[in-house]
Amino acid sequence: MPAKNIEHRIIGKATDRIDGPLKVTGQAKYTSDRHLPGMLYAVPVGATIANGTIQSIDDREARALPGVLGIYHRGNIGQIYRVPPDKGFDFKTDEARPPFEDDTVRYYGQFVAVAVAETLEAATDAASRVKVQYQAQTPNVKGRFFEENPKLKVESERGNATEAFTNATAAHKIEQIYSSPAQFHSAIELHGTVADYDGRQLTVYETTQAIGTHRNVIAAMLGLDVQNVKVISKFLGSGFGGKLWPWTHSVLACTLARDLGRPIKLVNTRKAVFHTSGHRPEIEQRIRLSATPQGHLTSIQHDYINHAAMLDKYVETCGEATKYFYSCPNVKISSAVAKRNVGSPTSMRGPGAVPGLFATESALDELAIKLGMDPVQLRIINEPQKDEGLDIPFASRHLLECYKTGAQKFGWDKRNPKVGSMRNNDGLILGWGTAGAGWIAERIPAQASVELGHDGSIKVLCGTQDIGTGTYTILAQIAAEELKVPLDRIEVKLGDTTLPPGPLSGGSMVTGSVIPAVQQAAQTAAKLVLSAAATAPNSPYNGVDEKELDFKDGMVHRKSEDAKAGVPFDQLLKTCKYKVITGKGQSAGTFGGGKPKESRHSYGAHFVEVTWQPETARLRINRVVTVIDAGKILNPKAGRNQIEGSIVMGMGMALFEGGRYESRLGAPINSNFADYVMAVHLDVPDLDVTFLEFANTDLNAYGARGIGEIGLAGFAAATCNAVYHATGVRVRDLPIRIEDLLTSQV
Amino acid sequence: MKLFAYSKQNELQGAVADTASARTAQQGADIRYIAGGTTLIDLMKLNVETPDKLVDITGLPLDKIETTSDGGLCIGAMVRNSDLASHPYVQSHYPVLSQAILSGASAQLRNKATTGGNLLQKTRCVYYRDTAFACNKREPGSGCAAIDGDHRNLAILGTSEHCIASNPSDMNVALMALEAQIVIEGKDGKRIVPIADFYTLPGDTPHIETVLVPGDLITHVIVQGLAPGARSLYLKLRDRASYEFAVSSAAVIVEMHGDTINDARFAMGGIGTKPWRVAEAEQIIKGKRGGADGQATFKAAAARLLQGARPLKENSFKVELAKRCLVHALTTVSS
Repeated sequence: MPAKNIEHRIIGKATDRIDGPLKVTGQAKYTSDRHLPGMLYAVPVGATIANGTIQSIDDREARALPGVLGIYHRGNIGQIYRVPPDKGFDFKTDEARPPFEDDTVRYYGQFVAVAVAETLEAATDAASRVKVQYQAQTPNVKGRFFEENPKLKVESERGNATEAFTNATAAHKIEQIYSSPAQFHSAIELHGTVADYDGRQLTVYETTQAIGTHRNVIAAMLGLDVQNVKVISKFLGSGFGGKLWPWTHSVLACTLARDLGRPIKLVNTRKAVFHTSGHRPEIEQRIRLSATPQGHLTSIQHDYINHAAMLDKYVETCGEATKYFYSCPNVKISSAVAKRNVGSPTSMRGPGAVPGLFATESALDELAIKLGMDPVQLRIINEPQKDEGLDIPFASRHLLECYKTGAQKFGWDKRNPKVGSMRNNDGLILGWGTAGAGWIAERIPAQASVELGHDGSIKVLCGTQDIGTGTYTILAQIAAEELKVPLDRIEVKLGDTTLPPGPLSGGSMVTGSVIPAVQQAAQTAAKLVLSAAATAPNSPYNGVDEKELDFKDGMVHRKSEDAKAGVPFDQLLKTCKYKVITGKGQSAGTFGGGKPKESRHSYGAHFVEVTWQPETARLRINRVVTVIDAGKILNPKAGRNQIEGSIVMGMGMALFEGGRYESRLGAPINSNFADYVMAVHLDVPDLDVTFLEFANTDLNAYGARGIGEIGLAGFAAATCNAVYHATGVRVRDLPIRIEDLLTSQV
Repeated sequence: MKLFAYSKQNELQGAVADTASARTAQQGADIRYIAGGTTLIDLMKLNVETPDKLVDITGLPLDKIETTSDGGLCIGAMVRNSDLASHPYVQSHYPVLSQAILSGASAQLRNKATTGGNLLQKTRCVYYRDTAFACNKREPGSGCAAIDGDHRNLAILGTSEHCIASNPSDMNVALMALEAQIVIEGKDGKRIVPIADFYTLPGDTPHIETVLVPGDLITHVIVQGLAPGARSLYLKLRDRASYEFAVSSAAVIVEMHGDTINDARFAMGGIGTKPWRVAEAEQIIKGKRGGADGQATFKAAAARLLQGARPLKENSFKVELAKRCLVHALTTVSS
């Protein structure tokens, strides 16, 4: 049962971003906005082969250019150490090899040298004049992983799915392979580093979603004490997972700063970001489903393979949602990795579940068609009563409510299931599709402080970072709510490793994680002020039992009186000679431990309408209704923005995006924003986003769960399902392209 | 990007004189005019074009759109794309031109890009734009990596075994259908080249794309007046709804007499190494019925226009798509 929503003053109210004015006036300092005195510029040289060895590097011409300090490569780069083994997030990298470690090139664009100069122009020119001779070998960037028949590792199993599938009649089962190409995060802000070493302390301005991990990794790789490394990330021009773990550009910039004794700025080009800074891997998934004639699932087999870099082993856990999404006695999930000459893949918005649900939710639609059932009805009858994967109860599952609300808003009951049978007033053929969404709801450890100053300042301090999602505002809202002061009294300090350690910005876990810590810090700070008021010699409330005092609207007052009759807290601190009173808070994590007691996820449903004009082979997404239950939404304005942004990304995933690896050269050939096609404004119709706020307070007192990723889950499947309904073409290889649709008989 | 010298010329003859000593006016020119810079600066940053000297011509008095005595247009080469597209006379008399320009690039680019520059817009072939790859257009004799590579967006018409780069411009497709005349000031004075003769096919010299020689400066584009009641439109097909080059496009102009097509001119983009026009295809529909009744003739015309197409593995779908594009454009304009 949903917990009753508690009335809040600020929590749950649509709130403008408190950092908005800084951003729109250009005052927000992003990493590459940092200019330090005496700063040098570094520009890496990327390999122009994807597989082979470096024979020689001729840097004479580059070194001779005016303003060039040096060309660094394997022969002359300073000491770089390896990152110690670690199972958690503290030392996580997706490319663990120290840059310039050996003469082997394993992916196109791998950094093989770096030019350092007094100006960006000189460094760019120098980098372009470094002549590298390679012994090239044919790269392997092939897709179609199942054709190689790799050995699959069983990830999860219950019952006997193979037997159940084999015994099912052909009319009640499907088997299909779904593929998705490499997808690139494409954050507008390029990956970059400004590193400054003063002989003892290294300060790293970095485009990172995880300042703590970045500090640990850089300290380890440079051989510095972790206390002597400070990482700062005040604003991020989005990350989408591409900036979670350190990449080689940062290691190089920091190494050069350490060794040259001058600040270094290194900002990757867009091409270098495509080549060296991660992507969602190319994936193939084989889905086998069987059901009773009435549509009850009797088996699910989900096998998936993703490409990974030669030296690293990134696994895209596509079966994550498959384990718990539907009721089914026989489930088998297995995986493999295909080593390729590619830069390392990394987490991208909704890793695992997003590609996973593309495949399973497409397959479910295919099964519904085969059974002659309505796709929503098929989902309803397979709704589980518990998480059957872990055999534990759901903490809060309201998927069917999402479907019900969405279907109603969309008008699903007017759907004619016959392919190509529906038209709009402009004569365009309509296709309607639906799919479900799911994403984990967890916490990671967080600490925070709230400082009340004698100057009247109220500061929230937390070593997390705002990656563009609105974390500054959320922390201000929590503190303002708990301290009972207006939002504009709160100042928020984030993005600095000298602050109390906060959560990394991944897994949609920041909001859920910081709530308990900030609540506790704020409540503690308020209590300490009351305690000071009750005990300090100069206090007007000296001798009053602090239980009779309250803190509201910035005033310390007797509970028996109105807040206005009290004393402003800053005046009280001044009178009592306290410069600052600090409340601390912390909360433990829930993620990555043993088997949980409850299955914690958020859920959603997408309804998509496409228009299809066969005369021009033109397909457009015309209407979207998305319903999400992620518990209490702290800031509906920023929350809606997260879901809408996810849907736009989902449109790209479904219709446009795909990294193409040149088969002979191994180069990601469309490594720019003209050739890597994403949705633009004109592609995006009105998006109808609804939140069902079933606030389950297990995770935190507000009952809030993360919303950064769930909106992308399932969207590509809903689109493919709509496209089938319009055109009769079932696209199983993303993205849906004009050439696929030309085969439509509609 | 290589260091280069820069000068600004406010005199036509001075500009011509400044570039007349260039080794070539084609790929790799050592002296280049610069106007909007929306193609050239990009290519210089990529080291695909490496001029020693740029002659800025934005100060030349070539920024007027004037009507001619036959009701046509004389467009200065410095006229910005956005100004041309939003000019009332262009919108009322040449919808095809306005629509073509507005379907290309972004508002910001159209504000910078000029009419003369757009005529010389370079291909978007990824191999051309990256010096790490072989490209006969950029580096004659180095080979064409696109033919066996990533060529979904490249040409199926006018190609050779040396180059399959497509002309990316939308405006040029409309100008081809409009039979524009290109006015060129050169070392030996002024000459006028019909747009049909302006572009060259790649053949075994894909680095040569136009008839321009050193010193040549495009000063104007002249478009003849259309018959009263002529209808025109531009249809552009692409993956996303905006800000992408055409996979296939059609610029169509018809003069109707009742339901019958008296005269027709059309050209296609996204499929050729230059804007593609085939007079024989136009003949097929002249004197025939338009609108829904014209399907069979339109299909025949499309087949004729695409005759000789040499589709490759990734872009073979363009044959069917281009047919649908032209048929739909002709149906719409003649209905």
